[in-house]
Amino acid sequence: MAKPAPTVSGSASVPAETPAKQLGPVFKAAAGPAKWTDERIGVAKLSRPFIRKVFPDHWSFLLGEVALYSFIILLLTGVFLTLWFKPSMAEVEYEGTYQLLRGLQMSQAFESSLAISFDIRGGLLIRQMHHWAAMLFIAAMLAHSLRIFFTGAFRKPREVNWLIGVGLLSIGLVEGFAGYSLPDDLLSGTGLRFVDGLIRSIPVIGTWAEMFVFGGEFPGDLIVARLYMAHILLIPALLLGLIGAHLALVVYHKHTQYPGAGRNDGNVVGYPVFPVYMAKAGGFFFIVFGVVTLMGGLMQINPLWTYGPYNPAEVTAGSQPDWYMGFVEGAIRIMPNWESHIGSTTWSWNVAIPGLGLMGLMFGLMAAYPFIEAWVTGDKSEHHVLDRPRNAPTRTAFGVAAMTCYGLFWIGGGNDLVATQFHVSLNSVTYFLRVAVFVGPVIAFIITKRICIALQRADEERLLHGSESAIIVRDPSGSYSEAHVPISQEEAYALTQHVEPKPLAPLTEQGDLSDKEYKAEQRRRKATRFWFLDALRKPTRAELEEAAHHHDGGDHDGADGDGHGGHDAKALGASSGARRAAD
Amino acid sequence: MSDLQRHGATDHELATVDSERFPVPDPGEPEHLPRLTDIDEAAANRATRQVATMFGLVPILALIFVVCYFAVPKDAVVDFGPLHTPAQHVIFGLTLGLALLLIGTGAIQWARQLMDDHEMVDHRHGAASSNEDREYVITELEKGIDESGITRRKVLGASLLGALGLVALPGVVLLADLGPWPTRKFLERTLETTIWKEGIRLVNDVTYTPIKAEQVQIGQLINAQPENLQDFHGTEFLQEKAKASIIVVRMNPNTIKIPESRKDWHVGGILCYSKICTHVGCPISLWEQQTHHLLCPCHQSTFDLGDSGLVVFGPAARALPQLPITVDAEGYLVARDGFDVPTGPSYFERDSRNDFKRGDN
Repeated sequence: MAKPAPTVSGSASVPAETPAKQLGPVFKAAAGPAKWTDERIGVAKLSRPFIRKVFPDHWSFLLGEVALYSFIILLLTGVFLTLWFKPSMAEVEYEGTYQLLRGLQMSQAFESSLAISFDIRGGLLIRQMHHWAAMLFIAAMLAHSLRIFFTGAFRKPREVNWLIGVGLLSIGLVEGFAGYSLPDDLLSGTGLRFVDGLIRSIPVIGTWAEMFVFGGEFPGDLIVARLYMAHILLIPALLLGLIGAHLALVVYHKHTQYPGAGRNDGNVVGYPVFPVYMAKAGGFFFIVFGVVTLMGGLMQINPLWTYGPYNPAEVTAGSQPDWYMGFVEGAIRIMPNWESHIGSTTWSWNVAIPGLGLMGLMFGLMAAYPFIEAWVTGDKSEHHVLDRPRNAPTRTAFGVAAMTCYGLFWIGGGNDLVATQFHVSLNSVTYFLRVAVFVGPVIAFIITKRICIALQRADEERLLHGSESAIIVRDPSGSYSEAHVPISQEEAYALTQHVEPKPLAPLTEQGDLSDKEYKAEQRRRKATRFWFLDALRKPTRAELEEAAHHHDGGDHDGADGDGHGGHDAKALGASSGARRAAD
Repeated sequence: MSDLQRHGATDHELATVDSERFPVPDPGEPEHLPRLTDIDEAAANRATRQVATMFGLVPILALIFVVCYFAVPKDAVVDFGPLHTPAQHVIFGLTLGLALLLIGTGAIQWARQLMDDHEMVDHRHGAASSNEDREYVITELEKGIDESGITRRKVLGASLLGALGLVALPGVVLLADLGPWPTRKFLERTLETTIWKEGIRLVNDVTYTPIKAEQVQIGQLINAQPENLQDFHGTEFLQEKAKASIIVVRMNPNTIKIPESRKDWHVGGILCYSKICTHVGCPISLWEQQTHHLLCPCHQSTFDLGDSGLVVFGPAARALPQLPITVDAEGYLVARDGFDVPTGPSYFERDSRNDFKRGDN
C-alpha cells in the first residue's frame, strides 16, 4: 500500500504582496462604502481566505459548472413562467390566439401554457429555454458524475459530497418530471397516467399512495397544483440547499487536480479565484446562458400546441418521456409480463420492478460504490490527485459496464422507433434487449478492462523506451528501426505518480483474528485480487534507471526488428511474476 | 514561481521522496512560458480590442432586442429554411443569446490572454480537525451536558425525546386527508366500476353518435364511449373516460376464437374491449387488421382481440376486459352489462382471479 501523502497545516499559501503603490481610483471611490460594510459584517475578514483561493484548470471540471449554471438559468426562466402559468385543472374553453385549438375544452394549466407560448412576447423563448436548460441540467449532472467516478474523485475525503451529488441527480429527475407534467398537454398527461400506474403497482400500499398523490381517482383535479408546489418550491429548495452544501464542500476540500509535474496530494496548483476564475467561471456562465438562449430561440422543444389538451382516451404513437427518464421507460417496455395473483391481491412485478426497482438500484449502487471500493482497498488516506481512468481498470470497467446497461435500457425506451427507423421487428428488439441488458455490461466490463491495461502498457512503453522520434535509422546491415527519445521528466512523473493498490494473497493462518474477522478479511483479499490483480504494475525506479541506461548506450538495436520487444517481454514477464505474488 | 515552490518544499519533498510510491521524482512546476500577449504589446493590444469589441456589441444587441419588442408586430413570421416561427421569438433568441455569449467569450478571452497566467500553489490541510480541536469540543460538550443537568436528571432527556417524537404525530396525521382512503367500499365505487351498464349505447368517441351494428364493416375499429359520458363534466368526465373508453372491432366470427362463456357477448363478430391498457393505463388503438392484434403505443403490449383480448406480447400481464354487447330495438349497439372485471392497470387490492386467462372457455 502506498504511503499517504502528508497533509500539512501551513500558513497562508500565497504570500500576500504588499505593493507600495497608491490605491487606484476605484478603490478610492469604494473606500467609504467598503469601510461601512466591513465595520458591520467584516467583509475583508470573510473574503480573505477565498479571494485568492486556487482552482486547478481542466475542461472536465466545467461539467459540474454547466449543471450549476443551468440550474441558475432554470431559476431565472422559471420565475418568469410562474408570472403567467395557472396551476389549475379547472376546465375552460380555449378562445386564445392559436386557432386550431379554439373551442376545445382544456384545463387552465394548458390554456395558460398556450398563452405563454403565443400571447406573451418572449414567452415561447423563455419556456423553451426553461425546457432546454432542464435537459442540460440533468445531462450535465450525469456527465459530471461520470467524470467524478472515472477519476476516482469520490475517494476520501469526498464521499459525502459524492452522496450529495447522487441526491442531487435523483431529486433532479423528479424535479424534471414534475415540470414536464405541469402543462397538462396530451404528452404530459400520458406521462402522468404512467406515473399513476407506477404508483399503484407498489405492493401493499400502492393504491393508498395513488389516492394520496392524486387526491382521488386519476386524473383528479389536484395533481397539477400539487406538482406545481413541488416543482417551484419544495424540490428547488432541496436542490438549492444540496447545491450549497455541494459547493461548500468543494471549497472546504479544495478542488482535486489531475496528475502533473508539481502536483501532489499535498497541494493544489491552478489560478486564483480573483481575478482569473471570476472571469473564466463568470464568463462561462454567460456562455452557457447564451447557448441556452440560442437553443430556446432556434430549436423547438415540446411544441405542446401540436399535442392538444390531455384526453385519457388518446395517445400519440411514439410518445416518450424526456430523455433522462428514457432508461426507466426502456426497462418498463422490455420487462417480461410478470404479475402474481395471490388470493384477492395483485402484485405487479412487471411495473414495480423496472419502474421503482431500477431507479433504486441505480442510485443505490452509485451511493454504495465509494464505500465498496474503500472497503476493498482498505485505504484510509486522503486523495486529491485524480486517477487516470486506465490506472483503475476495474473501476473504469465497472463504470463502462454501468453506462452500457443504462444505454441499453435507454435504447429500450425507444424500441418502437428503433424498429421503425431500422426496419427490424419490434418484438426482436425487445427480446434482444431483455438479454442484452445483462450480457452487454459483462462484455463491456471485460473489453474496458483490457483496453485500460493496454493503455497502461502504452504508458509503460513510453516510460521505458521513450516516445517515437519519427526518425528512421538504417543500419549497416540494411534493416530499419525507429529511434526513440526519452520522455520528459514531467511526463514521466505524471505517468508514475499514481497510487497502486495491491492484490492480496489469501491469509494462510488465522492469527489472532476471530472467525468472523478472518472470513471478512479473506473476502476482502479475494476482492482485492479481482480488483487489482490484472492491473499493470508501474515500473520501479530501478527499472526506469536501467531503461535510461539502455538508452544512453545508444542501443537502437535495429537487429531487434520489433524495436525493444525482447526487453519488453523480459521486463513484463519478470514484473508480472512479481506483481501476481505481491502481498 | 520558484518562491511559491520553495514555500511548500517540506511537504513537497515528503510527498514525492518515497521512491516506491514515486518512481520518478516530482520535477516541480514546469517552467512558465509567456504567451504572445505577454511579450508582444501589439498582440496584447489586439486582444484588448477583441475583448472590448465583444463587450461593446452587447449594448447594441440589447437595444435591438428592445426595439424589436415594440416595433416588430406580434404576428410577423420568419420562414427561412427549417425556421418557421414568430419573428419576435427568433429575434429575441438571437439578440439575447448572442449578447450573453459575447459577455462570456469576452470575459474568457480577457482571462486567457490578458490576465496574469502564472499558476499558483496552495497547500492542502487534512479535512479532519486537529486533535486539539476534537479534545476541546469533546470536553466542552461533556461540560455542557453536565451543566444542563441531564446526566443527573435522566427523566428530562427521556421526556424531551418523547415530546419531540410524538409532537411530529399530529403533523403526519394532518396528511391523512391528502386523498380518499381506498377502502373496499371506496374501491368498489371507483376503480372497480365504470359507467357502463345494461342498455347504455355505444357512441362514437368524438361525435357521440350511436353506432349501428349493420354499419360496422369487417376489419373496422371504432373508438367509442358510453352515451352517458356526456352527463359528466370536468374532473369526473376525465375520471370516467379514463376507465370507460372502449374500442369496437368487427372481425369475421369464423376466423376468431369465441369462448363458450362469451358466445353472446358479440353481435355478428362485433366485439367490444376496454381501450385502457392493463399495464399502466395508456389508451390502446394501434390495430392490426389482419392479425387481429391491438398494440399499445406506450409500451408495446399487444393483445389478441380475436382471442378474448389475451396478451400476446409485451409487459402487460392481463387480458383486455371485454364488454358484453348486443343491439337494441333500433339496431344500435348497446351494452348487455358493465365490465365484469375492473378496467385499467393493476393495483394491490385487485382480485385478478376472475380475469379471462388462456385456456378459459
